[in-house]
Amino acid sequence: MGEKYLLEVKNLKQYFPVRTGWFGTKPLKAVDDMSFAIKPGETLGLVGESGCGKTTVGRTILHLYRPTAGEIIYDGNRITPQNVHQFRQKMQIVFQDPYSSLNPRMTVSDIVGEPLDIHQLYQSKAERTERITELLNLVGLNSDHARRYAHEFSGGQRQRIGIARALAVNPRFIVCDEPVSALDVSIQAQVINTFEDLQKKLGIAYLFIAHDLLVVQHISQRIAVMYLGRIVETGEADEIISHPAHPYTQSLISAIPIPDPNTARARKRIPLEGDVPSPLNTPSGCAFRTRCRYATERCAQERPPLAEIAPDHSIACWNPHD
Amino acid sequence: MNEPLLQVKNLSTSFKVDSGEVRAVNGISFNLDKGRVLGIVGESGSGKSVTAYSIMRILVEPGRITGGQILFNGEDIVQYSKKQMREFRGKRVSIIFQDPMTSLNPVYTIGNQLREAIMLHTDRNRAQADERALEMLKLVGVNSPEQRLKQYPFELSGGMRQRIMIAMALCCEPDILIADEPTTALDVTIQAQILELMQELQKKLGMAIIMITHDLGVIADMCDEIIVMYAGRICERGTADEIFYNPRHEYTKGLLRSIPRLDTNHARLIPISGSPVDLTNMPKGCAFASRCDNCMKICLNELPEELDINDCHKASCWMNVKQVYEEAKGGIA
Ligand SMILES: Nc1ncnc2c1ncn2[C@@H]1O[C@H](COP(=O)(O)OP(=O)(O)OP(=O)(O)O)[C@@H](O)[C@H]1O
Ligand SMILES: Nc1ncnc2c1ncn2[C@@H]1O[C@H](COP(=O)(O)OP(=O)(O)OP(=O)(O)O)[C@@H](O)[C@H]1O
Ligand code: SF4
Ligand SMILES: [Mg+2]
Ligand SMILES: [Mg+2]
Repeated sequence: MGEKYLLEVKNLKQYFPVRTGWFGTKPLKAVDDMSFAIKPGETLGLVGESGCGKTTVGRTILHLYRPTAGEIIYDGNRITPQNVHQFRQKMQIVFQDPYSSLNPRMTVSDIVGEPLDIHQLYQSKAERTERITELLNLVGLNSDHARRYAHEFSGGQRQRIGIARALAVNPRFIVCDEPVSALDVSIQAQVINTFEDLQKKLGIAYLFIAHDLLVVQHISQRIAVMYLGRIVETGEADEIISHPAHPYTQSLISAIPIPDPNTARARKRIPLEGDVPSPLNTPSGCAFRTRCRYATERCAQERPPLAEIAPDHSIACWNPHD
Repeated sequence: MNEPLLQVKNLSTSFKVDSGEVRAVNGISFNLDKGRVLGIVGESGSGKSVTAYSIMRILVEPGRITGGQILFNGEDIVQYSKKQMREFRGKRVSIIFQDPMTSLNPVYTIGNQLREAIMLHTDRNRAQADERALEMLKLVGVNSPEQRLKQYPFELSGGMRQRIMIAMALCCEPDILIADEPTTALDVTIQAQILELMQELQKKLGMAIIMITHDLGVIADMCDEIIVMYAGRICERGTADEIFYNPRHEYTKGLLRSIPRLDTNHARLIPISGSPVDLTNMPKGCAFASRCDNCMKICLNELPEELDINDCHKASCWMNVKQVYEEAKGGIA
C-alpha cells in the first residue's frame, strides 16, 4: 500500500435496539457495513439523507457508542473500549447540536478551558487565559465573551464555542458534525478558513458532516454519500459534485438551494418520490430502489456492491446513468 | 387598503446582564400580510431569534420588550394577558424553534407530545389527535412514522427532531408561522420537500411565514420580501431580486461576497473582516462602521436613516445619501 492513512474504518456496523410492541426489540441498522479511510491532513465530506447514520458514524469512531461490529484504526492502532482514552486528545468532535452539547451553567472560559485542564496543557494560569483568548479569537469571538454563560449566546455563537473547545487540545483528527449550519455565511466563511488554515499548519484531518453541499464541496478533497447506513457513492469532491453517478446523489445535487434568485427560478429538481424506507426494515437488494427512477428487477434481488466506475470514483448501483 | 396581519412597530428588546444591558433588538419595524413570506437574514447574534421570541412573548429572563408595539389584526399583543397569549400562541402564531430540544420534552414520547399539542390547540379528541399526528409525520417525510411516535427525542437523528417540531408547529394550521432556521439539520431533498409543504399551506390557508435563515438559497427561493439585520437593527429590506442583485448596504454586500460558490477552483472564502459590535455598548453612528471599507466621518457620528432606493427597496447606509447628493450635484452642473 502506498500512502498511510490516519484513520481507517473497516466494515463498521452500529445497530440500536428499538422496542417493537410490548415484548422484544428489533435492531435498527443505523450504520451497516461501512468502510472508508482518511489520510493525514485530508478532509472527507460525509453527506446523505437526514437519518441515514452520519452522526452515528462520527460518534462510533470516537467510541461514544460501542461499535456493533467492525474496526476503527487510528494511525495503525486499533481502537478498543479499553484503550480509547489514549486517543481522546488526538481525536475530537464538534457536536451537531450546539444547544444541548454545552453546559448552560458553565462560563465560556470554563467550557473551552476544561479540555486544557483535563489534559494539563498549560504551565500557569496566565497561559491558560491566553490560550482561551487565542481559541476564542480563532472562531470570531473575543475575550469579553469568556466570562459569559453559554445560555446567553445565540445559536451560531454557541456553535463557535463548541469549535473552540474541540480545537483546544490540538487534535489531529476532528469529526465536525454540522459545524457551520447555525452560522451566517460571513462567519461561516471565517470558520471554514480557520479549519483550512489549521489543516495546512498542523495537518489536521476532518470528517466533515454537513447538509450544505456548497460548503462540503468547498472544504473537502473527497466526499462519501450515504444512504440508509451505507456508502452509495464516493470519490474526489469536484468529480462527485460535477458528475454524480448514483441516482441518489444526482437528485441530492439537483436540490441544492442556489443563492441566486434567477438560477433558483430556472432550475429543475429531480424530486425523490416513493416511500421513505426505514432502517428498521431495509428494502431488499438496493436500499434506494423504492425511490429510484432507474430501478429494475435486479435491484430488488441483489445488493449492488460499491464498485469503481472511474479511477477514485465508486458507486453502488446496478444501472449507472450520466 | 387592508390592514396588515402583523405590524411590528419600533420594537426594542434587551437583556440586563452583569456586564450591562444587551440591546438585542433596537427599534425595528416591519409588516407582514396574509399569505406572504418574509425572510430575515443577518449576522449571527443580530437579534433574529430574539425578534421572533418577542412576537411570541416567550423571552427568557432577563429578556424584556423595552419599547414598541406588535399589532396582530390591529390589536397590540404586547398588552395581552397571559391567558390571551396562550390562546394566541399555537392557534394564531406558531414557531419552529432553532433548537429542537426547546420544544421537545426529553422524557415524553414523540406521539405523546404531538397529541398534547394538537388537543391543546384544536378541538380534536384523543383518537383524532393521534390520527392527525401520524398524518403530520408522514407529511414531513419521517420514515416508519408509526414506530417514531413511540420513540423518545434522543432516539432520533437531528433532522428527524427538526421535522417533528415542524409537524408540531404546522399541525394546528396557524395564521402566521415563524420558522427559525427550520431546515438546518435537513438534507437538501427533504428540505425542498418541507419548503414545498410550507408553501402549500401558505397557498391553501393563506398562512403567512416569517422565515429566519442563514441559507441564502432558501431565501432566494421562498421569500417575497427580505429583511437584513445587523446589530439589532434592520439595515436593508427589499425583494429578493433587489437584495441579491442590487444590495445597497455594505453589510449585505459583504454577506453576499462570502457565499461559497459551486465551482471547482476552491478559492479562499471572503469573510467580512473585523468583529461584531458589543451590544452592551453600541456605537452612536452606524453599527457596521468599524468594519466598513467605505466608512465616512458621518458614519461614525450619526445613525443612517432608512432611505428609499426604489418602491421595493430601502437601505440604511450613508453611501446612498452620498450618491443621491452627488447625482443631484451632477445634475445641476
Ligand atoms: N441513541 C439512539 N437510539 C436509537 N436509535 C438511534 C440512536 N441514535 C440514532 N438512532 C437512529 O439511527 C439512525 C441514524 O441516526 P443519525 O443521527 O446517525 O442520522 P444522521 O445521518 O446524523 O441524520 P441527520 O442528518 O438528521 O442528523 C436514525 O434512524 C436514528 O433514529
Ligand atoms: N438570555 C440571554 N442573555 C443575554 N443575552 C442574550 C440572551 N439571549 C440572547 N442574547 C443576546 O442577544 C443577541 C441576539 O441573539 P439572537 O439569538 O436573537 O441572535 P440571532 O440573530 O438569532 O443569531 P443566530 O443566527 O446565531 O441564531 C445576541 O448577541 C445574544 O448574545
Ligand atoms: S441499484 Fe437500482 S435501485 Fe439502486 S440506485 Fe441503482 S438503479 Fe436505482
Ligand atoms: Mg446527524
Ligand atoms: Mg437565532
